[in-house]
Amino acid sequence: MMSKLNGVIVILSLTALPVVAACGGGAPADEEQAGTEDAQAEAGPAVDPAVAATITGVVNFEGTAPEPESIDMDAEPDCAEKHPDGASTQEVVVNDDGTLANVFVHVREGLGDREFPASSDPVVLDQDGCVYHPHVFGIQVGQTLTIRNSDGLLHNINARPEENRPFNISQPVDMDTERSFAVPEVMIPIQCDVHGWMQAYVGVVDHPYHAVSGDDGSFTLENLPPGEYVVEAWHERYGVQTANVTVGEQETEEIEFTYDAGMAQNADVPLGDPIDLHDDHGGDDPRITAVEDADGDG
Amino acid sequence: MVGLHERRCAPDRTPRTRHAAAVAVRRHRTPPIPLALALAFALALALPAPELRAQEADHPGKPVYDRWCAGCHGVDGTGNGPAAGYMLPRPRDFTRARYQIRTTASGELPMDADIRRVIDEGMPGTTMPGWEDQLSRRERDDLVDYIKTFSPFFENLPDPEPLEIGDPPRVSEEALAEGREFYQEIECWQCHGDQGRGDGESAPTQEDDDGFPTRPADLTENWLFNGGGSVEAIYTRLRTGLDGTPMPSFSDLIDAEFMTDEQLWNLAHYVRSLSPEEPPEVRDVVRAALIPEGESLPTSPDDTLWSAATEPAYIPLVGQIIVQPRWFAPTVDGVWVEALHDGEELALRLTWNDPSHSPDPAWLEWQQRVLDVVEPNEADDVEARPRPDAFAVQFPRTLPGGRELPYFLMGDSREPVHLWYWRSARPGETDAPDGDSGYAIEAEASGLDAIEPLAAGDDGAEAGGAGPLTADASWEAGRWRMTLRRPLRTADDGVDTAATEGEIPADADGRTQLAAGRAIPIAFFAWDGSNAEEGTRGSISAWYYLYLDVPTPTSVYTTPVLAMMLTAGLGLVVVVRAQRREERNDDHESNETPRREA
Repeated sequence: MMSKLNGVIVILSLTALPVVAACGGGAPADEEQAGTEDAQAEAGPAVDPAVAATITGVVNFEGTAPEPESIDMDAEPDCAEKHPDGASTQEVVVNDDGTLANVFVHVREGLGDREFPASSDPVVLDQDGCVYHPHVFGIQVGQTLTIRNSDGLLHNINARPEENRPFNISQPVDMDTERSFAVPEVMIPIQCDVHGWMQAYVGVVDHPYHAVSGDDGSFTLENLPPGEYVVEAWHERYGVQTANVTVGEQETEEIEFTYDAGMAQNADVPLGDPIDLHDDHGGDDPRITAVEDADGDG
Repeated sequence: MVGLHERRCAPDRTPRTRHAAAVAVRRHRTPPIPLALALAFALALALPAPELRAQEADHPGKPVYDRWCAGCHGVDGTGNGPAAGYMLPRPRDFTRARYQIRTTASGELPMDADIRRVIDEGMPGTTMPGWEDQLSRRERDDLVDYIKTFSPFFENLPDPEPLEIGDPPRVSEEALAEGREFYQEIECWQCHGDQGRGDGESAPTQEDDDGFPTRPADLTENWLFNGGGSVEAIYTRLRTGLDGTPMPSFSDLIDAEFMTDEQLWNLAHYVRSLSPEEPPEVRDVVRAALIPEGESLPTSPDDTLWSAATEPAYIPLVGQIIVQPRWFAPTVDGVWVEALHDGEELALRLTWNDPSHSPDPAWLEWQQRVLDVVEPNEADDVEARPRPDAFAVQFPRTLPGGRELPYFLMGDSREPVHLWYWRSARPGETDAPDGDSGYAIEAEASGLDAIEPLAAGDDGAEAGGAGPLTADASWEAGRWRMTLRRPLRTADDGVDTAATEGEIPADADGRTQLAAGRAIPIAFFAWDGSNAEEGTRGSISAWYYLYLDVPTPTSVYTTPVLAMMLTAGLGLVVVVRAQRREERNDDHESNETPRREA
């Protein structure tokens, strides 16, 4: 199953972290320097459970949500059967309580030189009923992505990153295929060209502090080292927001992101954008449409 | 690897330019592409060109690239050269290092030889020509190296490894049958269609990585395959996929033991078998055989009487790019022509591939997407709306005695042409019913957008036109087949055209009078309504010739017999006389012999 490509990606991902860390020093690293730092690089301090902090929050939505577009699955009766009430697009999913689902939330800055080995648990992207499950998800650099076909009919999985290498593979039957990503990138679009409505987004980061808002709009980033963080929220229609958060030992900070329907007008939705955790640039990021300062709250 | 990050961390984050542009183009659904393209273009102008490595300024490939490649691919390698807007598919964006034609796995970088092959041979079916004869070996090597400098991936990733491609197993009936089974099983037809003509259910929604509309290959035209039409090339494309397009890699199916390598080869054999053994040879003359007396001409495209026709002639068609608005993304790239006549009437069978039976609402969005990306000045105020497919056969009104011909693009006001003009739907029809064969009229044209029916008011709205031209067309699995029939002569002036060697004028209405035994200029036009084609936006051919066989005169049969008899008779006389002389000589010699001995 594991193709040569996978091997390459895994190797790349192993070398990626120290290099990113080297960038954090601010000096452009040539190959030789990077090699030296590579050797010197040490794993960051493990998070001590006794001090670990939590950032939790909710993504609110204001205004009138667009009506979900229904998907015509007549061409694939087997998929249509799995949606007795009809299927609709997941571009904007506003929950009953007025919160917004499918928002990718991750720690964008503040983790310093710490390194976090990828979980050995794979992330599963399931194609079921000609719909991706989940629609938006996060994964760590080097972590295995298991792409599953539960439909038993032809899907192709076309990942179109900018910073990572792309892939476009076919799954005409029930099967699993594994892939992984070599460098951080928020977000990478994944689509099925056979079924034009099938679209997913994956956020690749090099730490475990990422989440996607669910059917109550909430998210939780736990087991964080105490510190100051920039937390970023990404939505495919409404764009990006960030929040500055400081958490002390064993503290839990609550933050809120609020999107409104009007943001769709001018939203800059980054796709294939390189992110650099250790790049301490200021608030001049053109991608940021709104900044909410949660510092000092709770 | 290192450089990638280095570049990303560098204070001058030039790659941003590219990201911004890419994002703008990608989000074509909202806002639509023209806006996004304009935005991308504006960004490209506003922001500095990507900074190249210092040594690249004097890279030996740069002058070659700037001179020959930058017009389409752009000086900065983004695929946005000045001519790019006139192309679909668009030129490759080298900065992303996504190459369709590779011998490496999906998503991997290409081998140098892969890039080199495309430079040498071009990409058939696109505007990319081959440069093997234009540039020296050295120049082409330099180009490969220079093109790679546009993307940091080449510098930062380990050298790619080619996939191991073995030798194809022998092709056999069983192998082809198994290939066909897998064609069904792994659903190649979803995009390529049941018969491989690129007419699958998903065909109208396909887009490439930049959001541009793209078509699944017509698998029955392997001479237009990107990367080559051999079974080895097809197998390699199945293994590698075509990066940047919807065509995925099927290598994982072998890894997952869903199918064996041999079965994938058999699929490649099957796909290869959908095209002719050899690419069609283009000849100047289409021959109409004369059917034997007492037999009838075929009436429909499926008529078995067509077996009497000679080998079909292939006429390549190209987008009309002479008269504005021009058309750079035509659907129909060729038509197969067969012809028969009985001395009184001509029957043409025209076969061309078109993945849509227009007008078809399923293709309306495709139309819009195509219109959105063609140069605005070429599609001003054109809206996506239901349009029929159309086909025209063009003749000069007057059969010329000399070599002078009307302008091949439907003549001009000075010298109009005569058309047999067919459309797949009547005016106002927005969805062509299955089995509807459309209608044909005769028309006079004095330019691509000046077609006038000969019978006043004959716009086809009335069923069963009164004219002498009849049509029978049917669309199936991505292919139109049509029979057109018309009497050779429609004039009742009593002129014996067969005996005329000079000009033959049109009849009183302007219909071309056809005659056997002479070269009749003929040209072809096709429009795919689902591709927004009509008027000047369509496929065209140059002038060809139609030749109607003449009856073989009896002298053809009697003269050789007479000649043989005469020869045999003369031969006999010579032989007999020679024998007699021999006999006399023998007598003479026998008389003389003793004398010699003496």
